[in-house]
Amino acid sequence: MEEEKPVNEEEKKEAVAEKKQERIEPQEEYVYKQVKSIVFSVLSPKLIKKMASAKIVTPELYDREGYPVDGGLMDIRLGVIDPGLRCKTCGSKLKECIGHFGYIELARPIIHVNFVPVILSLLRSTCRDCGRILVPKNKNDKLIDDLNKVEEESGLEERRKKIKTIISGMNTINKCPHCKARQQKITLDKPTTFVENERRISPIDVRSRLEKIPDDDLALFGLNPASVRPEWMVLTVMPIPPVTMRPSITLESGERSEDDLTHKLGDIVRINQRLFENINAGAPEIIIEDLWDLLQYHITTFFDNSLPQLPPARHRSGQPLKTISERIKSKDGRIRHNLAGKRTNFSARTVISPDPMLELNEVGVPREIAMKMTVPERVTSWNTEFLKKFIQNGAEIYPGANYIVRPDGKKKKITDETKETALEELQPGYIVERHLMDGDVAIFNRQPSLHRMSMMCHRVKVLPGRTLRLNSAVCNPYNADFDGDEMNLHIPQTEEARAEAEILMEVQTQLISPRYGLSVIGCVQDAISGNYTLTKDMSVSRQEAVELLSAVGVTNFTRLPKRDSISGKEVFSVLIPEDFSFKDEHAVISDGKLMEGVMDRNLLGEGSGLLLRTIHKKYGKDFTIDFLGKVFRLGIEVLFRTGFSTGISDTDLPEAGKLDIKRVLDEAYEEVTKLIEMYENNKLDTFPGKTLRETLELRILEVLNKARNKTGETVADRANQKSHTMIMAKSGARGNLLNLAQMAACVGQQAMRGKRIENGFSNRTLSAFKKGDLSPEARGFIRDGFKSGLTPAEFFFGSMTGRDSLMDTALRTPKSGYLYRRLANAMQDLRSEYDGTVRDASKKIVQFAYGEDGIDVSKSENGKINVKRIIGSVIG
Amino acid sequence: MSIYAEYANKIPKRVIDEVKDGVPESISESKLKKILDECVREYESSMVEAGEAVGLVSAESIGEPGTQMTLNTFHFAGVAEMNVTMGLPRVIEILDGRKSLTTPMMEIYLKKPYSKGENIRKLALAIKGTKLRDVASEFSIDMAENAIRVLLDKEKMKEIELTESSIGKSVQKSIKAYNVKLEDGMLALKSKSKEITLNELYKMKEKIKSMHLAGVKGVTQVLPVRREEEYIIITAGSNLKDVLEMEEVDATRTTTNDIFEIESVLGIEAARKAIIDEVFKVIESQGLNVDVRHIMLVADTMCTSGSVRGITRYGIVSQKSSVLARASFETPIKHIINASLIGEVDYLTSVVENVMINQPVPIGTGLPKLRMKKQNEN
Repeated sequence: MEEEKPVNEEEKKEAVAEKKQERIEPQEEYVYKQVKSIVFSVLSPKLIKKMASAKIVTPELYDREGYPVDGGLMDIRLGVIDPGLRCKTCGSKLKECIGHFGYIELARPIIHVNFVPVILSLLRSTCRDCGRILVPKNKNDKLIDDLNKVEEESGLEERRKKIKTIISGMNTINKCPHCKARQQKITLDKPTTFVENERRISPIDVRSRLEKIPDDDLALFGLNPASVRPEWMVLTVMPIPPVTMRPSITLESGERSEDDLTHKLGDIVRINQRLFENINAGAPEIIIEDLWDLLQYHITTFFDNSLPQLPPARHRSGQPLKTISERIKSKDGRIRHNLAGKRTNFSARTVISPDPMLELNEVGVPREIAMKMTVPERVTSWNTEFLKKFIQNGAEIYPGANYIVRPDGKKKKITDETKETALEELQPGYIVERHLMDGDVAIFNRQPSLHRMSMMCHRVKVLPGRTLRLNSAVCNPYNADFDGDEMNLHIPQTEEARAEAEILMEVQTQLISPRYGLSVIGCVQDAISGNYTLTKDMSVSRQEAVELLSAVGVTNFTRLPKRDSISGKEVFSVLIPEDFSFKDEHAVISDGKLMEGVMDRNLLGEGSGLLLRTIHKKYGKDFTIDFLGKVFRLGIEVLFRTGFSTGISDTDLPEAGKLDIKRVLDEAYEEVTKLIEMYENNKLDTFPGKTLRETLELRILEVLNKARNKTGETVADRANQKSHTMIMAKSGARGNLLNLAQMAACVGQQAMRGKRIENGFSNRTLSAFKKGDLSPEARGFIRDGFKSGLTPAEFFFGSMTGRDSLMDTALRTPKSGYLYRRLANAMQDLRSEYDGTVRDASKKIVQFAYGEDGIDVSKSENGKINVKRIIGSVIG
Repeated sequence: MSIYAEYANKIPKRVIDEVKDGVPESISESKLKKILDECVREYESSMVEAGEAVGLVSAESIGEPGTQMTLNTFHFAGVAEMNVTMGLPRVIEILDGRKSLTTPMMEIYLKKPYSKGENIRKLALAIKGTKLRDVASEFSIDMAENAIRVLLDKEKMKEIELTESSIGKSVQKSIKAYNVKLEDGMLALKSKSKEITLNELYKMKEKIKSMHLAGVKGVTQVLPVRREEEYIIITAGSNLKDVLEMEEVDATRTTTNDIFEIESVLGIEAARKAIIDEVFKVIESQGLNVDVRHIMLVADTMCTSGSVRGITRYGIVSQKSSVLARASFETPIKHIINASLIGEVDYLTSVVENVMINQPVPIGTGLPKLRMKKQNEN
């Protein structure tokens, strides 16, 4: 296809061991070859002809019967795209034949667009007569030495820059130091025409000049004579890509629709043919020139159809053709879309929903999915009977099997007809693709996969229903909620993959975030509220306590005190290991008993506090995951029994509280009025570096924010402390006191870009206010609370900031996505080596010890070694 | 304390210091040894494993919270602070390795008498760069005489302690083609050559408006602030080199947020540290928790070449050894063409190339290789 065709250098000639035909021996595809390196170079005309299996001479595609024409663009020597045909070159059928190149002989040389800049600098810096580089001989060696030095020190890119400066220096030399010929100024008439002294240099001349440049001089241009000769950049023959990379599609009407590339190639061949004929017929020079230019245009657009100087070649419908450059480039191009992005089978996707009764490392899979997704299981003499049961059930009854695979790789579908024979022939060495069952490993994923916890391994639990189910504690690492989110499930198909998934990816192994060294999984929402209520001041009867705990999954109740009334703290303590002690500012646990403190977000939440981290350190991942699951369920069970709901009445305030709030706000208004007065009388002290007006704004903002915070405090004091809204806010399960204050008392100042709302009309924010009004209500202060309702103006200001924050989110996502892509791309090949250093792919040392001390964050406790804990454990 | 010295090579200094602070004075030697041994065990068990894809983990750790960062700059009401770019735009700015910042800023610490607040206002004003525009109240063109007249503002001049003649001198110094004269509170610039077009005159007028007169070039705003028992000066606009040369300035603590300036004045190691500090500051201010190690690794990759390179297609990515890795990022055509010209060889040592051709990647579990002797069958 293109000039730089990758050439594979396969090494390693370990042949597959010849196998003796005993029974049916396994015939697996062993990977015995490995690509060691890929060499890039420019195709020479000779190589183009050599690798071609057909010479293309006619623009026709098919004959009257619809059979590909010999010597046409769809010649079957270039590969087959029709079922039933065989490739004339390699004899294989559709999908087996990878396709073969062809070539056309161009009537006149054509310049390759992508090499134009190189050709230009070559022309400019070599002698037009003798072809030598415009550098005296003695200087040449020195320059090359310099270049090599630069490359060694700062890499290829720097070398390229240096070459550029050298070449631009040569533009000014106007006398050849070798043959003393005068040099002319050469300019480029974009895209592909070279002009010397206002006279066009024809591609023939360009080519002959390039031919004259000796190999020895090429090094200075950064060209490697072994891989490229300059004259190859002017095409005399052109490779035709195989039909397999430009397949035609058959429309419903039976009509054939050709690929963009085929269209373009058709143009090229047609014009080329015409040019040949005209030259042979001795047509006038103008006609030949015109055709030549046209051919140049077609070949240029064949390589790159998005050049700014050329009108893009279009379909009949007017949409531009997608030619080679466009196929490779950008997100949907070959490289990022097909090569770096892979697709897989054995995956499922549906809506997710929560199920707190699942363990954290389980995933609920609908039976429908379980019957489509299979696990290959190899038949051995020990499990033959076990696997036969699945075949017996077939594909339609649940724990069944869909396929059996013979050792020679033949796959057979299990149907009612084939069931019997399948059962008979089944013997060790066969593979049964059985349905998904409880306990199988699966990889669960939610996009965007921003960190490694976005793909974790779960155990399958086949459940009725049509959604994928997960414990809501693992929502956090996936960043999932249940407002219609969908997630993907992958079933690893080999033992190696399963082992890696189990050992490296299972939920419990991912508990500690590599970002900050704390647990990423914790209690959320109801689980926090529940544990908060339980451990705050609840007490239950012994029977209730046993009920609670057994609902959670505890079977040993000996640790419950032998009393009739049991406090919530004691119920919670049953879950804590007996020898566990912990102390921080929020809670005290000694010997497995919660002595002080209330379980809230600071202790149980994701990424906060060392409680979960310490348990993980001491008792390991499996215990922690079990512990978390139990604590989670305990919280929910508590709420289940006590009931938990919020209503607007939760924000009701006593009359005195309302008066308080009114007074606070009135005072603030008064103060603001005073400030405005002072401003108008120029009595305000300006802040350093700020204008008078800015100072006023800052002062007003300060006053109003203070007032709002004060109303918040009032609400916190006066509102019903036992209300469920309050419990949620206090425990950190959802919402905060500010939200509560906004509902009950006052929404507060709406700020845009850190300022009060600015004028949208002339001298006023809305036409409802007087011009020049600086008062709080005219500048976006919302005095009312959400419960009492907003005035129209207030509502408008509220929607302004609402829209602003929507825009913020919309603009942020692609920006941070791009930053992430760049970071990942720049750093993906850094790894820690056996010697503890961090190196990149070329073994350059980036860090001598990872993070200066070699500590893996996901094994640390919030990025540190917990010295305090160690001292405590030794001293006691 | 010789026991500590024994462990100096086994555990990081920070851990030893923490132990020193944490244990009671009276601790017995055997117990201390036990503690330190436990620290060593703990430290060794939390080392990174070989083959760990530390780079990708760091990229994830910075990229993932990026989605949670705010885009807009928020500054808090009533606090008289400079308005600085924060949040995601600032992180992008740093990691891009951009040469010009949206809000360059300096924190100038002062030496003893000044740090107590002595003459702080005056000092601040001395640091602030003054342009002709700041002391002039009017610029006009006199077409008859081919001259530019600048009306000076006496009050402002007094504030900055400039005199008419000193202004005249410094204007004359930088503009050779004009004669500068003082005419009762006015600066008159007269062209030396007779033939001068109005257009040229106008251009000159615009040019002298932003002519630097006094103070530190580039500093546009100064703000003396009290921070924990001492006064410091915060500036908008940055010129580290000139500020460090001032006598009153404590050069050991004074910093700027301009990484390139730090690189050119203090060197690459300082620039690396500046990147770490600046990124960490932003992430912390957003209430996010990201371990420093990740930021360190990013800073180190940006600085390994010896100069600060951004994480862009022109920066770090262009340094990669693999053609395909570069092509998979951005501008693939350019990379493939350049590779073909020099006959570049891709040895498939990094990740993407191997993904492209369906081979195990040399990272993590793809790293170890198995060698086996082939057995003769017969």
